[in-house]
Amino acid sequence: MTLLPDSLPDAEAQCLQLAEAIRPSLSKNPALVGIFSGGVWIAERLRALLGLSDDIGMIDVSFYRDDFAEKGLHPQCRPTTIPFDVQDRHIILVDDVLYTGRTTRAAINELFDYGRPASVQLAVLADRGGRELPIDKSFPAWDVTLAEGANLVLERNPQGLLAWRLENA
Amino acid sequence: MHNPQLNNKGELTHLLSTEGLPAAILTQILDTAASFMEVSSRDVKKVPLLRGKSVFNLFFENSTRTRTTFEIAAKRLSADVINLDITRSSTAKGETLLDTIDNLCAMDANLFVVRHASSGAPYLIAEHLHKIGRDDIHVVNAGDGRHAHPTQGLLDMYTIRHYKKDFTQLRVAIVGDILHSRVARSDIHALTTLGVPEVRAIGPETLLPKYLDKLGVHVYHDMAEGLRDCDVVIMLRLQNERMNGALLPSAGEYFRHYGLTPHMLAMAKPDAIVMHPGPMNRGVEIHSAVADGPQAVILPQVTFGIAVRMAVMSIVAGN
Repeated sequence: MTLLPDSLPDAEAQCLQLAEAIRPSLSKNPALVGIFSGGVWIAERLRALLGLSDDIGMIDVSFYRDDFAEKGLHPQCRPTTIPFDVQDRHIILVDDVLYTGRTTRAAINELFDYGRPASVQLAVLADRGGRELPIDKSFPAWDVTLAEGANLVLERNPQGLLAWRLENA
Repeated sequence: MHNPQLNNKGELTHLLSTEGLPAAILTQILDTAASFMEVSSRDVKKVPLLRGKSVFNLFFENSTRTRTTFEIAAKRLSADVINLDITRSSTAKGETLLDTIDNLCAMDANLFVVRHASSGAPYLIAEHLHKIGRDDIHVVNAGDGRHAHPTQGLLDMYTIRHYKKDFTQLRVAIVGDILHSRVARSDIHALTTLGVPEVRAIGPETLLPKYLDKLGVHVYHDMAEGLRDCDVVIMLRLQNERMNGALLPSAGEYFRHYGLTPHMLAMAKPDAIVMHPGPMNRGVEIHSAVADGPQAVILPQVTFGIAVRMAVMSIVAGN
């Protein structure tokens, strides 16, 4: 079944569900690291919902991508910032859409250049399948099948609310 | 007109000069450098972008700082760096520049960092690579003759943006031997492209080129007048060899008129920054109290230079 633009779920409600899925892990004092840009927005939302004290980390994987040789450097890369000590910390990587797994691989590599985390988990809002690496999400998400050439994009409106948009090639 | 620095998609494939580069590319380099600044502050100061690539440092003219910062930059990108000792190499035995390049291509070079006493040498290499069908090999100009020193120009822009944020409200003075300075030329082109409304050149008539008005630069022979209300003061090194010629009477005389003393600096805005590409001649173009003073950003320039060179190498290598 093809996903239609007007049948997209509420991303804000999905953030609430994801926060509840993560809540049992709070005893491990996890730290959140969002992957630019959608993952950062979601991580900010999760931090507020879960009342975490550490600021979130933000990763731009441009320097760790595996398609540099084909595509070159992304023209708009942003500084990665990890405002806490990664060593021995339980880390939850946050992204908007899980697809091939290559972005997650790059983010994990980058994270390890800051130290050796105790564990790394992956939280996403949507999983569109199509994995090319042995990587999976750690918390339940919206499993969605997209038509060929379609793309799922998370956007943040001027009021700061998150919403999905469907792009068709 | 064909710009040899850009590929057919308009992307930067060699960095030869700041002249003729659109503001968008200059800004992309500065933004990318900001991301690399963060890498340099980590425990592991390395990213895997240029893993397996070979960067050849070809310095046909001496330089310690520039060569070292290029080497550090390439290593932080995980490239292999080969420094050629040109003075002892086959060039000294009479091999031509392009024969040297062909040999290095045969050794699977990916990027050349070139400093040469002759203006245009990096262009010659870039054109040659295109002619022999090696558009996959990139050239970064590390200073050619009196012509250009684009990575210095870019790190100067990075420094100015870091401290002053907005280019479009600034008054920038460049002081000293502009005639022989490739840094000054690269700065002037970059400042103009990035929208700095007032660029001033200060120096004795013998050390200022005639073309400055055509570039929109305001010329001053009086240092105090030229520095008035400036936000940024870029000092240039006075090359000792100029003193022997007819261009200048003596170092003491030069310092009296164009040396940056605390008294002179007071003419600029109170929050003006003082820059210098190094190496400095204390007591010739700059007073130690200024060089070591709170307004000097000369050492941060060096640190920014590494991030800017990482940005340039990773951008050209990817295009």
